Amino acid sequence: MLSIKGLHAKVDDKPILRGLDLEVGPGEVHAIMGPNGSGKSTLANVIAGRDGYEVTDGSVRFLGCSLLSLTPEERAREGVFLAFQYPVEIPGVSNVAMLKEAVNAVRKHRGEPGLDAMDFLKLARERLKLVEMKEEFLYRSVNEGFSGGEKKRNEIFQLAMLEPRLAILDETDSGLDIDALKVVAGGVNAMRDSARSIVLVTHYQRLLEHIVPDWVHVLADGRIVRSGDKELAVELEQQGYGWVNSGADQAVGVG
Amino acid sequence: MRTAHDASTYVAAQRDAAAALPAAGRRWLDQCRSAALAQLELTGLPDQSNEDWKYTPIRPITREAFAPAQAGSDCPRQFVVASTIPNLDSYRLVFVDGFWSPALSNLDGLPAGVTLAGLGQMLDNDPARIEPWLGSALGSEPHGFIAMNSSFVGDGAVVEINAGVVLDKPVELLFVSGCGGSGRLSLPRNLVVAHSGSQATVIERHVSLLENRSLSNSVSEVIVESDARLTHHAVQQESPRSFHVGGLFVRVGRRAEFCATTVTLDGALVRRDALINLDDEQAQAHLDGLYLAFGRNHVDNHTHVVHHAPNGVSREHYKGVLGDRARAVFHGRIVVQPGAQQTDSQQRNQNLLLSRDAEADSKPQLEIYADNVKCTHGATVGQLDEGAIFYLRSRGLDQVQARRALTRAFAADVLERMVPTALRSYLEQQVNDRMQAVSEIER
Repeated sequence: MLSIKGLHAKVDDKPILRGLDLEVGPGEVHAIMGPNGSGKSTLANVIAGRDGYEVTDGSVRFLGCSLLSLTPEERAREGVFLAFQYPVEIPGVSNVAMLKEAVNAVRKHRGEPGLDAMDFLKLARERLKLVEMKEEFLYRSVNEGFSGGEKKRNEIFQLAMLEPRLAILDETDSGLDIDALKVVAGGVNAMRDSARSIVLVTHYQRLLEHIVPDWVHVLADGRIVRSGDKELAVELEQQGYGWVNSGADQAVGVG
Repeated sequence: MRTAHDASTYVAAQRDAAAALPAAGRRWLDQCRSAALAQLELTGLPDQSNEDWKYTPIRPITREAFAPAQAGSDCPRQFVVASTIPNLDSYRLVFVDGFWSPALSNLDGLPAGVTLAGLGQMLDNDPARIEPWLGSALGSEPHGFIAMNSSFVGDGAVVEINAGVVLDKPVELLFVSGCGGSGRLSLPRNLVVAHSGSQATVIERHVSLLENRSLSNSVSEVIVESDARLTHHAVQQESPRSFHVGGLFVRVGRRAEFCATTVTLDGALVRRDALINLDDEQAQAHLDGLYLAFGRNHVDNHTHVVHHAPNGVSREHYKGVLGDRARAVFHGRIVVQPGAQQTDSQQRNQNLLLSRDAEADSKPQLEIYADNVKCTHGATVGQLDEGAIFYLRSRGLDQVQARRALTRAFAADVLERMVPTALRSYLEQQVNDRMQAVSEIER
C-alpha cells in the first residue's frame, strides 16, 4: 500500500527526515511513535503534500505510484487522508458543503457518479453516528468554534465520509479526555478494513490501548530506529524516549 | 495628450439643457439648480489633491465628454424581464437612462398610503410636495459630481410611505443605463420619504443594457421619520466598461432605523458616498457593504455617519474581494457631535486580496466630541489563509475549488441576513458567478 524508502525531507532548510523507511501493507495499522521533534508530523505532512516540506531524497510510493509528484488534492483523490493534528477552522464554509464537494471530487476521480443530496445526507447521517456527532455539526462551519474533542471527532467523521485507502492520523489523541478518546478510537476501529491501511502518529501509548496496532515503530532523529509489535509501545510508555536519544545520532538537535 | 473633459464640459451641457428640464422656470427649483451649477463651476470635478479623492483618480471619466442622456430612449421589455430577480415580488419602477418609464414599470396592487412616481412628473404636477424634500437630506454638495447631479435634477424616483403604513412588498427601482448609445450620462435623483412609524424596503439596482461606456451619476435622498424603519439595498451591476458615481444621503429621526446594503458587482470605476445623519435620539443605522472588483476595476466607498443626538447606534460592515489589478478604497468617517452621549458605534472594513497586484486602501476616521460614547473600528487587508487552502485540498478539493469556497465564505456574511431572501439568493448567485468567471485565472 505505502512504501517509503530512504526518505529525506527538510523544513525551512533544516533536515528533519534523514533516511526513513516504512512499509505499510493493506489492512495494516501502524503506529509511529517518538519524542517531540523526531519528525513524526513531518512524515504525515510530507505524505499529504503540504507546502514547505521539501523532499531531498528517497521515495514515497502509494499503490505502486510515486506520491511525491502529485498535488495534495490528487493524493486525496487517490485515497490518502490526513487527520490533522490541528484541524483548521474555516468560517463560512459548512462541513456539509466541503464534504459534498470533497466526496464527489473523489468519486469523480474513481469514475463513479456524484452522490445526490439525498444519498449524501443519508451517508453523512450514518457516518456521524460512528463518532457520536449530532447532525447540526453538518451545517456548522468547518471546525469553527468546535471544542478540541469535537474537532478531532470531525476529522474522523471526514475520514469515514471519504473512505480513504490510507489514513494518517497525526496526533489525533492529543488534547482528548478519555471519553473523547474512546469515541474517536471507536470511529477509527469501525473504519478498519482489510483494504484500508492506517498510520497512527502519536506521542503516547494511550491511543494504542483503544486502536490496537499491528506494528509499532519508533522514530528518532528522522529515522525509524526500532520496530516491533504492540508490546513495544508498552515498553516505550514505561521507559520513556530517553534511551532513543542516547542511542541515536545526536549530530543535529531537532527537538 | 488628450484634453481632459472637466467640469466646464458639464457646466456648458447644463446651460444647454436647463430650459428643457422638468418644471424649469419654477423659481425655487431654478435656484436649486443654479446654486449647484455654481458650485460645480467653482470647485470643479474632484481631483486627488482633495483628501476624499486621494486614492481615486477620475482620469478615466474625464477622458471622455459624456453627453446628458435624453428622455425617450428605448429599452426592450425583454431586457427588463430578463433582468428581474427570480421570485422577487415587488412594486417596480424602471428608469431608462435615468428617465422614468411608466410603460416598463409595474405598480399593480399598490396599497393606499404609498406614492411611487417619477420625479419629473411630480415636479411638473405637484412641485410643492417635492420642494421641502429636495436637497434636505443632501445638505451641501460634498463634491463636484453630486453638484452635477443637483444641477441637472429632473427625473428619478419618488417613494413616499405615509405614516404608519407597513408596505407589504419591496419597492424596486431598476435603472438601466446605456440605452441611448455609448457615452451617455444619466443623472437620476431619488427621493424616499418614510413618514412616522412606516416600514418599507427599497431596492435600487443599476444595470447596463449594453456593454456601452456610460456614466451614471445617481443620488438618493432618504428621510426616515421617527419610529419608521427603512431598508435600502443598492446593487451596482453595470457593465465592466461603465462608470458610476453616486450617493446615498439619509436623515434618520427619533427611534427610527435605517438599514442599508451596498453591493458593487462590477464597473470600471465606482464611487459611492453615503452620508447618514442620525438626527434624533435613539436613531439607528446599519450599513453593510460588499464590493467585488477584478481586472482593473476601481471601487471607492465613502461613508460618513454623524451622530447628532444621544443613544444613537451605528453599525458598519464593509467587505471587499479584489483580484487581478483591481483597487478598492474604503473611507469610513464617524462623527459624534457634542451631546450625542451614549453613542454606540462600530465600524469594520475587511478586504480580501486574491492577487498580488490588487490593492485596498482603508481609512477609518473617528471624530468624537462627546465624552460618554462607545466607538470601535477595525480594518483588515489580507489574503486567503494558506492553511485553510491546504486543508480543503487535503480533502480532495482542487486549488480553484478551495479558493472559491473560501472567497465565497468571506463574502457570505454580508449577505447572510439580507431580506428579502429572493434578493439575497440572487446576489449570492451573482457573487458565485463572478467568482466562477475569475477564479480560473487567479494564480
